[in-house]
Amino acid sequence: MGDILLQLNNISVVYSNVIQVLKGVSLSVERGHIVSLLGSNGAGKTTTLKAISGLLKPENGEVTDGNIIYNSVNIQNRAPEDITRQGIIQVLEGRQPFKYLTIEENLRVGTATRPGKPYKEDLEMVYHYFPALVKRKKALAGYCSGGELQMLVIGRALMAHPQLLMLDEPSLGLAPLVVQEIFRIIKKINEEHGTTIVLVEQNANMALQVAHYGYVMENGKIVMEGTSAELSDNPDVKEFYLGMAASGMAKSYKDVKSYRRRKRWL
Amino acid sequence: MDFFLQLLVNGVCVGLLYGISAMGFVMIFKASSVLNFAHGELLALGAFIFLSLITWGKIPVAAAFILTLAGCFLLGFIIERFFLRPLIGEKLIFVIMLTVGLAAMFKGLILLIWGGNLHTYPEFLPPSLEMQLGPIYIAPVYSATLVISIVFLILFGLFFKKSSQGIFMRSVADNQKAALSLGVHVRRVFALSWAIAAMVACMSGIVLGIINGVNVHDLSAIGLKVFPVVILGGLDSIGGAIIGGIIIGLLETFTGGYLSPSLRDVVPYIVLVVILMVKPYGLFGLVEIERV
Repeated sequence: MGDILLQLNNISVVYSNVIQVLKGVSLSVERGHIVSLLGSNGAGKTTTLKAISGLLKPENGEVTDGNIIYNSVNIQNRAPEDITRQGIIQVLEGRQPFKYLTIEENLRVGTATRPGKPYKEDLEMVYHYFPALVKRKKALAGYCSGGELQMLVIGRALMAHPQLLMLDEPSLGLAPLVVQEIFRIIKKINEEHGTTIVLVEQNANMALQVAHYGYVMENGKIVMEGTSAELSDNPDVKEFYLGMAASGMAKSYKDVKSYRRRKRWL
Repeated sequence: MDFFLQLLVNGVCVGLLYGISAMGFVMIFKASSVLNFAHGELLALGAFIFLSLITWGKIPVAAAFILTLAGCFLLGFIIERFFLRPLIGEKLIFVIMLTVGLAAMFKGLILLIWGGNLHTYPEFLPPSLEMQLGPIYIAPVYSATLVISIVFLILFGLFFKKSSQGIFMRSVADNQKAALSLGVHVRRVFALSWAIAAMVACMSGIVLGIINGVNVHDLSAIGLKVFPVVILGGLDSIGGAIIGGIIIGLLETFTGGYLSPSLRDVVPYIVLVVILMVKPYGLFGLVEIERV
């Protein structure tokens, strides 16, 4: 492997001192790559991201074991103000715009990690990636469509000049064409800016198309990893995440059995 | 008719002051959901610090005014840092009780230092501020109030709309989790909102002191008037606070003028009860943008 930007070594996360959500997750992210994190609901994907970005703390969660190394510095359990200033920005699940701020004001909040610095060029850069935002820039974010909001929150994160951008389910609740557009732009950001991206997705098909490498999570553990091609070829991934029969053909209802195929890794 | 116009002008001036003072209250509430019961005491504290500076310190009025505002700004920071911050993450009721405690502490402190008597500022407003618009006579203190209020309103408008720090403050009020994820220093925003709130409270304290004289009990009671004002305007609307302030100010002067001066302090609370029955979110309370 090449240059490692982020490394998680066997981390455990506990909420409220009792609820253990991550049970020893290890993964590494190479600089300049897109890494996707797949898994069903409740697998611990979002918690993994929050452990990295420091957003566990306000939710009373804590990394109790293992360490997170970013740019060869330990960052576990640091405050989010600190971690964002190191260049890690997480785009939260469910978009979370500032509803009563205009689009442009929303984007300006993205400069919080470097207050007082000029930001006009960055605004241009975001409008260049997301032309749909230009004509809405004076509109309150609360009145924008889901696709516009997803573009807005990714753009807002870009304003912070992230080295590591973590996207939590950018495709959630969007029309297939909009999803394609968003993923195309994610790929473009990665290629043009060299931004390292961690992508959490339910839409495994789209995620594997843009990602270089992938991890599959289940029950707070990493159960499988590999390059996107390897994962797409894996019969289990096909069956459980890509909605195809093990043979690779589209699945027909005729073949649906009353029992489910056993997940081999469990 | 002249009497009516006279009352109208006085009411608007006093109301603007209430509004600006309530704005500080709303700011703290919006940023951190804390109701600050020590607001009236901050108001009184500002008036007394100003009094000391000009009578004991013999500092020129303009310098004393700016010094008091700066001091109160700092005081707001200190209050947040030493009293509020250790309670971040605790239940809201603890924080609110803490502000009740702060109120008692400040009141005691003021009584200890300055006593409970009525003090007055020496005359310092130039008579040239006096205005005569047809039949209406505007006393210097009211025209000064009008000017100061409008300057403050414009400055705040610019601060919240244009400056980065103002936008960060609004973002925290809007969606704290998202603000945190973008690296907004949320604790700093809390501190700043206390500082600004303390500053505007002091400002209105000084001006009200010029109008009514400086007395702890009166001024802290005026601080309590922010409750009818903000509930009328909507607890989370800064613009609403200003309009609420003007309405309460008008109600007060009209009751004082037409009914009885002894009723003027009661009417705002009667209005408060009525508003709570009819429009519990206030006239300008946040209409939740709901995505369906």
